[in-house]
Amino acid sequence: MSRALPPFQAFLDEHREPVWRFLVSTIGPGEAEDCFQDTFMAALRAYPRLRADSNLRAWVLTIAHRKAMDCYRSRARNPVPVAEPAAVEDRSAAVPDPRDEALWEAVRGLPARQRSAVVLRYVGDLPHREIAVAIGCSEPAARRSLHEGLLKLRKAVPS
Amino acid sequence: MSEQKSENAHVESALLRLAERPVGDAGTQARFAAERFAATAAASGVADITYTAIESPFGALLAASTRRGLVRLAFPEERPEEVLGMLAARLSPRIVESPRALEPLQRELDRYFAGNVRRFRIRTDWSLIGPFARRVLKATAAIPFGGVLSYGEVAAEAGSPRGSRAAGNALGSNPIPIVIPCHRVLLSGGVLGGYGGGPERKRWLLELEGALDADSGRAKNRGRGSA
Repeated sequence: MSRALPPFQAFLDEHREPVWRFLVSTIGPGEAEDCFQDTFMAALRAYPRLRADSNLRAWVLTIAHRKAMDCYRSRARNPVPVAEPAAVEDRSAAVPDPRDEALWEAVRGLPARQRSAVVLRYVGDLPHREIAVAIGCSEPAARRSLHEGLLKLRKAVPS
Repeated sequence: MSEQKSENAHVESALLRLAERPVGDAGTQARFAAERFAATAAASGVADITYTAIESPFGALLAASTRRGLVRLAFPEERPEEVLGMLAARLSPRIVESPRALEPLQRELDRYFAGNVRRFRIRTDWSLIGPFARRVLKATAAIPFGGVLSYGEVAAEAGSPRGSRAAGNALGSNPIPIVIPCHRVLLSGGVLGGYGGGPERKRWLLELEGALDADSGRAKNRGRGSA
């Protein structure tokens, strides 16, 4: 007998944080909430058709990547500066390391595919094969995007 | 090349450090975002099943509801993962936790446990109940508050040629105990008999409903009950 899909709530509980981190890292805290809601609503609609042996984390991060792309594109069309809302102020890390801030800025400044590759690798902890699935390219292309992203980031991190 | 590798390692370690760092307490924010999502999924009807824990004198009951109504009520000993896993496999995996969707049930059960509800008004979904059990539980649902029937009587009501043992099995598989009152079905002679939630709870419920004789501990109203 094939393994059954877990109840959606269990899936949501397990993957909400990687998805949240991915979205905050790629599009910023201001728009992470809307994209998070869109991501899991799309996932809920498609969920019963999913094979139980799928990599659920790679699958939901794929959806999150697409939603982030949509958000990124509409932002490019309507370049209204978005203020970071007070609700997402980082109180736990009271004094952010300025080097970290510079690196995050640099990550968000990467071209979309490189940015997703970098974030999926280091925030999502996905292997190259699943990064490729998530951003919809071949595995060598995913490795290349990741590598090019890292090269650009080197400039942002003083050694 | 080795130069470049070590340079990347430097960036990589910085990225990993960032990934570990709380993003404005990502855990809490993700939890709140997930709760808002579950509430929307339940209210919009995209989720097929919503569930929550219901407080009761027996402890926390797990209640699950479809668009049609209450489909499952589980006693505290039943493991939630198993109850929800069964619902996912048999009905739909589109299951989210939403206390709000089940507030009417909580209110009605509160009033029932206070002795103020003689007849449940919340809707029920009998999707988990097979054809034979459906006939038995239909006869059971017709037993009024304060009344009891024997297994044999319920089997006869259900038109069962298989008798009281088959009726007992059907009652034991009742997915919505308390609301479908299988506790009102007893052994002949008014002896309580078994109960999915344990015989103590059966006694407790029948006492709440005033169906037991205080001296003998047996049912006082045979047949159609007092109502």
